[in-house]
Amino acid sequence: MQNALSKRKEPLTDTQLLMTITICIFAVMYILAMIILQGGFLHAQQIFDLLNDNASLIIVSCGLTIVMIGGGIDISVGAVTSLVAMSCILYLNKGGNVLVAVLMAVGIGIAFGSVQGFLISYLKIQPFIVTLAGMFFARGMTTILSVNPVKVDNSKFEALRNVKIKIPFLGYVAKNGNLVPAKMELGVVIALLCIILVFILLMYNRLGRNFYAMGGNEQSALMLGINVNKTRLFSYIISGLLSGISGFVLMMHTGAGNATNALGMEMNAIASSIIGGTLLTGGVGNIIGTFFGTVTLSTIKKIVVSSGLKDPWWQSITTGGMLCFFILLQSIVLSRRQKN
Amino acid sequence: MKGKSNRISRNGLGQLTIPVIALTLLVIFNLIRDPGFFSIGITHNNYGNAVLSGNFISIINGASELAILAIGMTLVTAATKGQDISVGAAAAIAGSVFVKVLKAFSSISVGTVIFAFICSCIVAMLFGAFNGTLVSVFKIQPMIATLILYTCGRSIAYWINGGATPTVSSPVISAIGSFAPGIPIPMPVIIVIIVTAIFYLIFHFTSLELLTQAVGINQSAARLNGINTTFIKLLSFVLLGFCVSVSGCIGVSRLGLINHETLLLDVEMDAILAVAIGGNSLGGGKFKISGSILGAYVIQMLTITLYAMKVSSTDVKAYKAVVIVALVVIGSPVVKEHCRKLFQRTKTQSKGGECECRTL
Repeated sequence: MQNALSKRKEPLTDTQLLMTITICIFAVMYILAMIILQGGFLHAQQIFDLLNDNASLIIVSCGLTIVMIGGGIDISVGAVTSLVAMSCILYLNKGGNVLVAVLMAVGIGIAFGSVQGFLISYLKIQPFIVTLAGMFFARGMTTILSVNPVKVDNSKFEALRNVKIKIPFLGYVAKNGNLVPAKMELGVVIALLCIILVFILLMYNRLGRNFYAMGGNEQSALMLGINVNKTRLFSYIISGLLSGISGFVLMMHTGAGNATNALGMEMNAIASSIIGGTLLTGGVGNIIGTFFGTVTLSTIKKIVVSSGLKDPWWQSITTGGMLCFFILLQSIVLSRRQKN
Repeated sequence: MKGKSNRISRNGLGQLTIPVIALTLLVIFNLIRDPGFFSIGITHNNYGNAVLSGNFISIINGASELAILAIGMTLVTAATKGQDISVGAAAAIAGSVFVKVLKAFSSISVGTVIFAFICSCIVAMLFGAFNGTLVSVFKIQPMIATLILYTCGRSIAYWINGGATPTVSSPVISAIGSFAPGIPIPMPVIIVIIVTAIFYLIFHFTSLELLTQAVGINQSAARLNGINTTFIKLLSFVLLGFCVSVSGCIGVSRLGLINHETLLLDVEMDAILAVAIGGNSLGGGKFKISGSILGAYVIQMLTITLYAMKVSSTDVKAYKAVVIVALVVIGSPVVKEHCRKLFQRTKTQSKGGECECRTL
């Protein structure tokens, strides 16, 4: 019996185990919410709302997961997102082209990623300090561009913003008898596309496998002939690129640029990656887990709000509690496995 | 052999090079820009005390909380190879407890303030012990372990305050936050000196410094040598909790109110930065407390300089970032190595030139 169990467990790597735990907990939590709280949780629209609100967070978390798998950290992502949203809006309000705005978003992201990546990989400066400086710089630039919130005023962009994908068969019948279809924003499509691309990159691409090798053990990666510096540079460039895209998606969602946009997003993204089973030490992580981590984090917040704990502090206190639970669980599971 | 001893001496003294160079550069820059920048004047405050004023005083006064936090952060960094990002949130909790206890008394005297401080100290140390347990017993990376308190700390402070921002007004509190009667030096500066002295005495009379460095450099070697690594890590977090509560109480006393959202906002980033600017490795191991304290003053002087140049408080971050990058690039091992090689090459070239001259 024990033999059979251990045999079945063997192929499961740390990455997959942590991811499976997250997915299971998310499923149990959501089903419990459906049974106990009912209300909005019974409609498919609830899931789409979660995705609509968190599309940019999902994209940012993807980038951060890559950096964390490579054994680094990038805390500039939230600030870059905010800077991209602000600069694109200012450009669009001057009658700019939407396509150029997209290029601008991507360009700013890649610029941040490559400068930070260069400093970290070639000049061997601690990633925390470099990306902290990047965060300060991006936040400062955002307020230099505009201290006051700016609303988008561009007809073409407005048209793009209002594109919503309607899924009738997942809708529900409202009280007046009309069918309300489930709505999904364009940002969600971009986010899902990013997840698929990053998944392919991490699973079936040499560069992606190099990230794991580098994060797992840098010395052995070097011995295997992997260009560690270049790989690390690329991990930060991808993270920067994804923060740029996330800035554009955030702008599509909120339709306004604000200096406090995406405030604390970097910590939310780190928390999502951790809940999804990525380890900050590197070498372990999975993009699907990160996706579920993001969704879990926002579901907890939704549950707290709809379960009647109206005081403003409960939301972050329960989030902290859940985070504590996940972190402890991971630690215990991993240490038990190591003992075996 | 000679080269080795040379390297050791460079490492020993060289750690303070970056903060000292940065401070000197900032001082020179300020003196060129405005020769009277560091002049100290004497003014009379609302209570009629003669007090010192000027940019210099506001720099050493403003950096007080940061300097105290940097001391604790250095210990945590050295012992655990990671950083505590929850210090700002924990300081908000400590400040809330401080105010809550003070509010329970009808009149505020020196005794009640000390009692409230001890209460907030205990709470902050308990939260420090919570972080420390996660790190030392459950072997979680410090940044992730403290992410929990970072996420919910300010909300806990809000909860303790009961959804408000209570104020305390008393001569004792304002004396702690600004100037005590009869003493022209700001009280926070004196508190920094006291805290530094406490840590100096701890390091002088116990082997904590050595043990912390041993744990940070090689944990398994330290354990094999009979050092209780779990306890050392836990202790570093508890000591940081003490620092957090001191700086939280100073922050509350300055304003006379506790605002859970804005009290010591983003101080965790500045504290980590102070440790790094002080030449300490964020990867743990050897450390110098004096470097971190200098780092805190570098950050504050930079901020005050930017304010003096009429940069608005929200834009300061961008300029700060440029200076930080410049500092860490100068301090980067790769750049140092390049400079050394370049220096040696020019040296040998000039020597070669001399030889040629001689032969000629």
